[in-house]
Amino acid sequence: MSLSNAFFAIIKRDLVLALRRRSEIANPLLFFVLVITLFPLGIGAQPHLLQAIAPGIIWVSALLAAMLSLDSLFRSDFDDGSLEQILLSSYPASILVLAKVIAHWLVTGLPLLIIAPLLAVFLGMPSHSLGILLLTLLLGTPVLSLIGAIGVALTVGLRRGGMILSLLVLPLYVPVLIFASNAVEIASTGLPVSAQINILIAILVMAVVLAPWPTAAALKMSIN
Amino acid sequence: MDLKETVRLQAKQLTCIRDDRVLFAGLSFELNAGHVLLLEGKNGSGKTSLLRILCGFREPDEGELLWGGDSINDGQYHADMAYVGHLDGVKKELTVFENLKVSLALGVPGRYSILDALTRVNLANYDDVLVQALSAGQKRRLSLARLLITDNKLWILDEPFTSLDKQGIALIETLMIEHCATGGMIVLTSHHDIELHDVVVQRINLS
Repeated sequence: MSLSNAFFAIIKRDLVLALRRRSEIANPLLFFVLVITLFPLGIGAQPHLLQAIAPGIIWVSALLAAMLSLDSLFRSDFDDGSLEQILLSSYPASILVLAKVIAHWLVTGLPLLIIAPLLAVFLGMPSHSLGILLLTLLLGTPVLSLIGAIGVALTVGLRRGGMILSLLVLPLYVPVLIFASNAVEIASTGLPVSAQINILIAILVMAVVLAPWPTAAALKMSIN
Repeated sequence: MDLKETVRLQAKQLTCIRDDRVLFAGLSFELNAGHVLLLEGKNGSGKTSLLRILCGFREPDEGELLWGGDSINDGQYHADMAYVGHLDGVKKELTVFENLKVSLALGVPGRYSILDALTRVNLANYDDVLVQALSAGQKRRLSLARLLITDNKLWILDEPFTSLDKQGIALIETLMIEHCATGGMIVLTSHHDIELHDVVVQRINLS
């Protein structure tokens, strides 16, 4: 058996687990939809205002939904001892952790992507910026999972880590939020957005390469 | 035969301090192939802490651990050891077979196939049962089956007999004797008296 075997075994395991505990998929998604629905209700019948702030609304909601779903990333593995077994494996913990984060994104990030176009139309976003919105979500939400994983790994050993987790993680989400919502906003005016997209790609590549190490180290600290 | 003689676990002057309390200091021992190390001592005397140091979860506050002459943090050690702790380390939403498949993917395949190992721990025909439907003793036997499907020289067991019945205990003792007969070694804590025939059992009392 090899490292790639272990990598895919973890991904498969987490996907099967998510399918058997469906609330893990449904809750962040419902939260995302609900928060976005609240804005038109709160702001009232002002379609232009809504249209103008739509990129921001969608991205802030995605950020919050991603953050709420983070706790499930390591919690159950921590509680039942599976995490110890994963870290004891002779394979590099950072790679196995990356597998867990990928599975987590497939379960909690990808559904946001699928439902987002519908919500964008609902907020009156021009149809030519939908593609850019999806692209920013595709590039940005994995970063949210990867950065969030560091925060969860640090707080999973604490009994009430939820509040600290959001204080730790939300500031780190700011760059993604700025470039992503800016790209969508600019795209709706018809201007090129390749600069923002390139920066998002760079952030994603950096997060994939750099985030698993501190996550693995923090997990080792948490189980001690 | 060479390997049997050279690979061994050595602890040199281990010290563990928790919350300003010295649990043990200057603890040294050597464990050779085929031997069992039984840690004794009252609750809170540091048995589990020592096991977690042996697993590499905790750094000893002083001293070092060597596996075949190398520090446990580099080299073979983590491929050669397996740990069954207080927590079973199995997912209750997965079936027995799926759980063992993940454990197998994380380790090196050992002497038993998954189905053989399940037969060995009296869980044959349970392979497609969800773990949440198992009793505590069956779960424990499942987590011990992990030791059989992967190839590990050193078993680290924290209270392996918890929630097992008499037959279960006898079964695990047989497995332990077999493991030692093939050159394996075991470090364990246990409140039960263990009966291991023809095996050298070293004892360390921590209190």
